[in-house]
Amino acid sequence: MPSPFELVSASIIVFLCISLVSAILANHQQFLVKLSNALSAAACLLAAFGGFLTVLSGSVETFILPIGLPDMPFYMRLDALSGFFISIVGLLGFFVSVYSIGYLKGFLGRRSVAPLLVFYNIFLAGMLLVLLSDDAYFFMISWELMAVSSFFLVFFEDEKVPNRRAAFIYVLIAHVGAVLILLSFGIMAGFAAGFESFHGYTFSAMRMAEMPAVWASIAFILAFAGFAAKAGIIPLHVWLPEAHPAAPSNVSALMSGVMLKTAVYGIIRVGFDMMGTPQWWWGGLVLALGLVSAVLGILYALMQSDIKRLLAYSSVENIGIIFIAVGLAMVFAYMKLGTLAALAMAAALYHMLNHAVFKGLLFMGAGAVLHATHERSMEALGGLIHKMKWTAPLFLAGCLSASALPPFNGFVSEWLIFQSFLLTPALPGRLLNLLIPLGAAALALTVALAARGFVKVFGITFLGQWRGRHDTHVAEVDWPMRAGMIMAALSCLLLGIFPNHVIGWLDAVPMSLVGGGIGETAKASGWLWLTPVAAERASYSAPLVFVWLVLVIGVLYFIFRARGVSIRRAPAWDCGFEKMTNRMQYTATSMSMPTRRIFGFAFSIREAVTVVSRRGSSLFPEKYLYRLKVRDHIWNFAYKPVSEASFWIARRVGKLQHGRIQIYLLYSFITLVVLLVFS
Amino acid sequence: MIRQYYPILIESLQVVLVLLGGPLLVGWVRMLKCWTQGRRSAGLLQPMRDVTKLFVKETVLAENASWIFRSAPYVVFGATLMAGAIIPVVSADLPLAATADIIALVSIFALARFFTALAGLDTGTAFGGMGTSREMMVSSLAEPAVLMSVFTVSLVSHSTSLSFMVHELTTVQFILRPSLAFALLAFILIAIAETGRIPVDNPSTHLELTMIHEAMLLEYSGRHLALIEWASMMKLFLFASLGIALFLPWGIAGIDDPAMLPIALVAIVIKLGLIGVFIVLVETGLAKMRIFRVAEFLGMAFLLASLGMLSYFILE
Repeated sequence: MPSPFELVSASIIVFLCISLVSAILANHQQFLVKLSNALSAAACLLAAFGGFLTVLSGSVETFILPIGLPDMPFYMRLDALSGFFISIVGLLGFFVSVYSIGYLKGFLGRRSVAPLLVFYNIFLAGMLLVLLSDDAYFFMISWELMAVSSFFLVFFEDEKVPNRRAAFIYVLIAHVGAVLILLSFGIMAGFAAGFESFHGYTFSAMRMAEMPAVWASIAFILAFAGFAAKAGIIPLHVWLPEAHPAAPSNVSALMSGVMLKTAVYGIIRVGFDMMGTPQWWWGGLVLALGLVSAVLGILYALMQSDIKRLLAYSSVENIGIIFIAVGLAMVFAYMKLGTLAALAMAAALYHMLNHAVFKGLLFMGAGAVLHATHERSMEALGGLIHKMKWTAPLFLAGCLSASALPPFNGFVSEWLIFQSFLLTPALPGRLLNLLIPLGAAALALTVALAARGFVKVFGITFLGQWRGRHDTHVAEVDWPMRAGMIMAALSCLLLGIFPNHVIGWLDAVPMSLVGGGIGETAKASGWLWLTPVAAERASYSAPLVFVWLVLVIGVLYFIFRARGVSIRRAPAWDCGFEKMTNRMQYTATSMSMPTRRIFGFAFSIREAVTVVSRRGSSLFPEKYLYRLKVRDHIWNFAYKPVSEASFWIARRVGKLQHGRIQIYLLYSFITLVVLLVFS
Repeated sequence: MIRQYYPILIESLQVVLVLLGGPLLVGWVRMLKCWTQGRRSAGLLQPMRDVTKLFVKETVLAENASWIFRSAPYVVFGATLMAGAIIPVVSADLPLAATADIIALVSIFALARFFTALAGLDTGTAFGGMGTSREMMVSSLAEPAVLMSVFTVSLVSHSTSLSFMVHELTTVQFILRPSLAFALLAFILIAIAETGRIPVDNPSTHLELTMIHEAMLLEYSGRHLALIEWASMMKLFLFASLGIALFLPWGIAGIDDPAMLPIALVAIVIKLGLIGVFIVLVETGLAKMRIFRVAEFLGMAFLLASLGMLSYFILE
């Protein structure tokens, strides 16, 4: 029996081999799609199994890879925390790889899929390496591997201008973030072994380091900012709604479902593991930014009419929710409330697992819609439930999970976060005491708005009548795509119905980080009841909710079946209005109109109606043109000045450039003279 | 023997009470309304007769309706009945109450609403979409306010499990708390919105400008409509009972206290009767609000509820 570490490293080697093979076999596209994705799926299973076993046993394995710079080998470590994230990567990677067997067929004959497959596998390997690395040097290399490979994936359909722009913004912000992380590691390494020595670069040395509080805070802030840029926390989220829709859907599923989680992994690793005990205001900061991201993320999501953009903004929201739980865990850990910290941490981890599965499912569903209709805008979709009989219910399962409705999985983790809010005792510091009720309020608002958003996504895309001008031929997607989505949807349901088993499994992670766990208390009243603290405090039984719903619906249905009263089909009544056309339906824009009006202050909205008339007189209008442009304020306030300033500087500096060799030689000469004078 | 089955008996009694109580409460409200407006009423049992009539009628489905449209009434009914099995009406001794605490309860109502909203969009008519859009606007503001309001009560009672909350509130000595006052005010405002009563929505209108909830149900007929109508009557009953359980729990039989049952039954009838009077007074006295005033109304409820929780953390 190989050890979990061997399983995970074997899968990494397999990924790298597949990417090599994909480059070699670029001429056999059809064969390549099947082979490469099947192998990736197998490797993902291997990694997921390794991660699962690590968390189950709570074991720690370390390994030193004797390559790298002289005297600086790569350190690797597999503990419960990284094992948990590895199993998420493996699980979703498996679903998505199976799905890709069908999805990538859509590109055949149009463009070569070889680059996609090469970088897809490097991307997966990069994420696993990030989670395994145990020194700053190896971590940064893996981090860059992950960032650069995903850059090429976003860049895949490079003939479209928005995609190129998205990839550029993505790589820019990813690198700003990477620099901040590097600086933070520099500070920690400096205090670990002095600034003269190189031996502080391992994480184990940083764990031992004694840091003054000020420097610890600076290091944490730097790392937090760097990781938040990767996670898409507002105001560093601008790349996310551009990059996720631009990437092919299987990649968007992985980016949203898993890659964002590696950033959360980084924050937990630095905040809980490497820094020892967090300061109270770190938790407050994480919590506050999480709240902002959750509320604004879902509000921006509501405004979108492009399915994939909407899902991308919803990822901002969910990352915000995860940050809320992580922030709470930090506050509790500072106050030495072991059980509460464990509860909040378990909620964060559970939500990460849930979000990976349901967001992966939703992006796969959006990909299926895109594959079948070649349309991403909801305004031109509709009525797909009649044509895509499999995708529709699977996508609905994802929507129910994302809206946190029982008995699906999203509900359980958000329920746990609410419980941690309600269990909060009086905290030191008036600001924190204020933040807890405000946080609960913002989270409640987010959950309700999410349901609104997903009613819109599902209702406009799959229900009603086709909204496009021409009724194109739409067919259900093929079996590999369905299989990927079916497995993800089933996981959504199972993760929702058996929370005790999941919490019992992941309990090793809070145990190792905050020194407490809720696995024992959670199942104290039996596997049927989830009681995070005590049965008198709160209880929830997902299996019973599920059984009750199935039972009542089944019984009612069979009573009516037995009576055999007929059902007649007739044209829709609609209050007696006649001649309804599909253009009279509600659209994505009109669905979100009340939100635009109520929360209008959060956006910059430009709305214009122009009357087009043939005779030039407005008395005989031919048609009305309605233009709507909604942007978030953050782009205008934070990014536009920076980008304009850098262009301004670039233009000034550009004046030095003449293209004449004599002038460049003169520059060199002047530089040398100046250096000689001052040396 | 009887003691062993007592909780199960109570649970069954509760489900029957909810099933019948919903139409009776609505009948009572309509009766009172007729009297205050000087009309003759159709009697207490008229809503029940309406529902039974709908059950035997033929069901007509719109041509474009999919399985979402057909399954939504069942989900709505199942979810509402589940809520009925959880909220303590006459006794806190409910074995199923532990299935879902108060947060889960709010989400179960949200599940029902999610499916109603989808059904509104399913037929692809203009009114259905309008109803869905409006209903989701109302609920996206009302649901957080409900949560904040019940959170305040659960902070006071140190539990989110409804039967423990009721037990705690009835046994502990009564203290006037500012946080609970805020929560109660907010709860009343939201309960009006959630159950679709005037001044937020009007259950008896079919005028396109004013419909919210009804617009989503326009295409329903026969047994589907019967299930949805019955569920919405139960919802009114349940929100009234929830308000009673959270803010006026005195009279509800505690855990393992069968002797209280007759008193509890009388108490709940009186309380619900009074709530009916309150609803009628509000509905006769006020006109329906414009749709975008509803947002302000609910925003106020949300603020009040948040203030309640804030004052618990700051003052108590």
